[in-house]
Amino acid sequence: MNKNRITEHPILTVPEQEEITFYWNSRKLKARKNEVISSALFANRIKIFGHHPKDGSAQGIFCANGQCAKCTVIANGIPVKSCMTELKNNMIVESVEGLPELPELQENPNLKHIETITKAVLIIGGGPSGLSAAIELARYNIDTLIVDDKSALGGKLVLQTHKFFGSVEDSYAGTRGNDIGKLLAEQVRSFKCVEIWTNSTALYVFSDKKVGIIKDGTYKIVEPKVILNAAGAREKFLRFKGNTLAGIYGAGAFQTLVNRDLVKPAANLFIVGGGNVGLIAGYHALQAGINVVGLVEALPECGGYKVHADKLKRLGVPIFTSHTVLQALGEESVSAVKIARIDKNFQPLAGTEKTFACDTILIAVGLEPVAEFAEEAETAGIKVFSAGDAKEIAEASSAMFNGKITGIKIARELGFTKENIPDSWYEKAAVLKSEPGKITCYKENISQQDVYPVIHCRQEIPCNPCSTICPTNSIKIAGNPITGLPYYEGKCLGCAKCVAVCPGLAITLVDHRLDNEHPIVTLPYEVKNFRIEIGDELICTDIEGNMLGKYRVIKVSDLKANNHTQLIKIKADRRLADRIVSFRIQKDKLSTPAIETAEKVRIDETEMVCLCERVTAEEVLKLIRKGITDLNQIKAITRAGMGPCGAKTCDNLIKQLFRQEGIPLKNVEKNTKRPVFIEVPLGRFAGEERGDND
Amino acid sequence: MIKNYDVIIIGAGSIGVPAALAIAQKKLKVLVIDSLSSPGQANNKKAIGGIRATHSDYGKVKTCLRSIEIFSSWKDLYGDDIGWMSNGYSFPVYNESDEKNLKELMKIQHSFGLKIKWITAEEYNELVPGINTENLKGSSYSWEDGSASPLLALNAFYFKSLEFGAEYSFQETVLELKPEKVDSFAIVTNKNHYHTRYIINAAGNYAREIGALLNIDLPVYPDNHEAGITEPVKRFFQPMVVDMRKRPGSANYYFYQNNEGQVVFCITPDPPITGIDNDATSEFLPLCSGRMIEIYPRLSNLKVRRTWRGQYPMTPDGFPVVGPAPEYPNFINAVGMCGQGFMLGPGLGEILARIVTSELNEADEKILKNFDLQRDFSGMEKFK
Repeated sequence: MNKNRITEHPILTVPEQEEITFYWNSRKLKARKNEVISSALFANRIKIFGHHPKDGSAQGIFCANGQCAKCTVIANGIPVKSCMTELKNNMIVESVEGLPELPELQENPNLKHIETITKAVLIIGGGPSGLSAAIELARYNIDTLIVDDKSALGGKLVLQTHKFFGSVEDSYAGTRGNDIGKLLAEQVRSFKCVEIWTNSTALYVFSDKKVGIIKDGTYKIVEPKVILNAAGAREKFLRFKGNTLAGIYGAGAFQTLVNRDLVKPAANLFIVGGGNVGLIAGYHALQAGINVVGLVEALPECGGYKVHADKLKRLGVPIFTSHTVLQALGEESVSAVKIARIDKNFQPLAGTEKTFACDTILIAVGLEPVAEFAEEAETAGIKVFSAGDAKEIAEASSAMFNGKITGIKIARELGFTKENIPDSWYEKAAVLKSEPGKITCYKENISQQDVYPVIHCRQEIPCNPCSTICPTNSIKIAGNPITGLPYYEGKCLGCAKCVAVCPGLAITLVDHRLDNEHPIVTLPYEVKNFRIEIGDELICTDIEGNMLGKYRVIKVSDLKANNHTQLIKIKADRRLADRIVSFRIQKDKLSTPAIETAEKVRIDETEMVCLCERVTAEEVLKLIRKGITDLNQIKAITRAGMGPCGAKTCDNLIKQLFRQEGIPLKNVEKNTKRPVFIEVPLGRFAGEERGDND
Repeated sequence: MIKNYDVIIIGAGSIGVPAALAIAQKKLKVLVIDSLSSPGQANNKKAIGGIRATHSDYGKVKTCLRSIEIFSSWKDLYGDDIGWMSNGYSFPVYNESDEKNLKELMKIQHSFGLKIKWITAEEYNELVPGINTENLKGSSYSWEDGSASPLLALNAFYFKSLEFGAEYSFQETVLELKPEKVDSFAIVTNKNHYHTRYIINAAGNYAREIGALLNIDLPVYPDNHEAGITEPVKRFFQPMVVDMRKRPGSANYYFYQNNEGQVVFCITPDPPITGIDNDATSEFLPLCSGRMIEIYPRLSNLKVRRTWRGQYPMTPDGFPVVGPAPEYPNFINAVGMCGQGFMLGPGLGEILARIVTSELNEADEKILKNFDLQRDFSGMEKFK
């Protein structure tokens, strides 16, 4: 089997898959049945899928989400998005070099009448919020249709291998994201009144109150009374020199490749952005056996949860706060990244540059709601609601809860219920989406006797599994029942359930009962491919990754027990036992700045703003400096935004250029958005029936 | 403060911008006022870019021949690529009556010296490989017609006009037009007061409203058309393909592969959808793709990238209204382009410049006669 496959994973089961054959530019290669073309290529270490007709630049994966067309390949003669097209046995796949040819037809298309379907509610997006809303709608037996562009329901939950925060009662806290996705999907599938279309993309809400949907390759028109926009968010991109080399893409794309398709797209990864998305992607990389060379965050502190940042630091990943990425280096693909410290005005400080060898750079610099369906519905005059990230960027736990509230609101709107939503729900919804609080010190009231949990959770975040699971109710939450900091008070049985359940891996158990001078510390661990055995000496670290010395492993729990969180027991030293949280697994050498790398490779000074049409920041700046303030005129002249993605990436980057030039955005004319959401073959609109994978 | 101009043009679109260029080149002080934020933001950017001289009347033929000269020489003259291609126009016909009509029309076109010929179904299949040849009688082919990018061309005209001193004011709406002496006007907008010797009404969709400010009744009524564009692929067919047959819901439709390799297409709803409404409907894509695939099945795998809706400012007979208004000789209309503003613009721009400098020649006078406001509007264009 191919080398770039994930063969074992601490959380995900690696299924046995039939092997098939395909051809890449005439080379015979192996792949797994039912996987998308892009993942088969990555598994075969192919990162470059073609070259752009404008400037010959290397093209490859970017969104892994069907939104752009950077991953286009020719499959059996037809240009397709490799991230959305299933590979077939003996498929002939070719790179796109310049403009592709439109093949002649073997037989004339068979055109059928386009079906129009009426529905009470159309939910666009089968992720946490859409599914939660559907569950509420089903309580009233409301005729509902969920459309989702992926083959499985669950949205981004499917990609989340970590245990969730939030509250146990309302959002499955302590359960892993992918398991929550399955639970919600199963529940929704059990309702007769909810129709589910997977592999189906909503294209546009037209002004005649009809929604065009491409359902598994066939065009359908849906007429809903109410629309719920639960289409989630898209990732923002960043402008820096060399930002278009192959191997630079979003954290979401990375999670798709790793956690859905079980391929290893990288060996050495560098992450830009210390929000939860970047931090979690780093952790997922380690779990998949991929090295994380480092992570930069422009702010003085990571914006994501401290527990997520700490998890990375403890395992040996350096986090460079107040740093930015200056440049990606490489011929066609990334071979190194150059970063620098920045001042308080976010300007790089000379002399602080560091270069690291890496083969992939993940961009995790924030998300923005996919708001267009709601805007279109409003224009058309269809009653529309939004939930989840499409409404407001927050954690999935928040998305589930506000999806539930929105479901009830829709049922009310349609007159199925007069149920009032209690005020306390809105308060809870506010709590679940709250930003992480400030970081507090440890409380120094530990007896250092007997057995007790040490709670290393020092930042208020919406999370409560530890207090819910303790059999003696001895873990309590100070202040707000969800966001307050947990503390231990009472009687500990030494069961270590709190250690295993904590999503932040921030609780340890210290047991003095056998040896008061050398207590046994129980540590949570989730990285299977770096195997820990009894007798190993581990370089133990405190909560933030500071080294506390070497200690020997005396017991390792079974991997399958405790929901895939291994419990590692070490024999520690009384003085330090309460501070030990984890241990290093990644070698320092990986994250040592390279001095030579920068000179070895061709330096690409281009900062690209429109990847589809290859428009540079320089070209756009020239127009802004001529006094142009209409994004539509910039588009007309440069083509920025005219590509397949429809300005989903460049819009933000160009707006940043205006801000940089001191032009307030209120003086800038917005880009006009037009149908369709993704590119669809012309024949489908004429009623050609064909699965996208035929 | 009141600002003074020789000419104020209302509308920075397909007509206003090339007119401003031609007038500025004559060293007159010209201002273009537009209510939108930049040039070409109304119907110019909605145009699909076809440019032909093969019309049926002297006015359009001569104007477009001059436009083609301007479009086709622009790059050599000024260096900017405006996407000009001499890819030709074709009207394939699938029944005898259309064949007869088209051949009649070609006689008139030949009398104007236009380069157009009849080609057989086999010859047509070479130009448009894979075209449906079942019942195909043949096609007209006018190889000197072509296409350009409306976006690039208009911006090229705009920047060139700035170099020659033309001024523009965007996000500005004209509220009042006041005739002063015999040969001047005051203009009141939401932002300014102006004096000008000439006004050119190039307000596209809003031409009628602008005329009404001087109690001039202009028979210009916009109707809605939708268009779309695909992903780019290697060039696989040459000319603009115009299918002029009628079907339930639509009249003619047309498509071509532009300079970027993208297929651009547009359909004429039947009956017309009057008014100004830029919001996309669910009708357009199935209607247009069905007809395109019937005539050219090969297009079925080509991915649609974007669609949009725009207007044809129509007159009752399908011909524009251009020239000084009878009551106010210094108020010049250049309106009712009926969806052909982009191809008429550069040629008309020069004529408009010659009106304000009193340099009209014999040919100009003849063209303007065809576009006269006081004509009998009951005649219909032979083939649109």
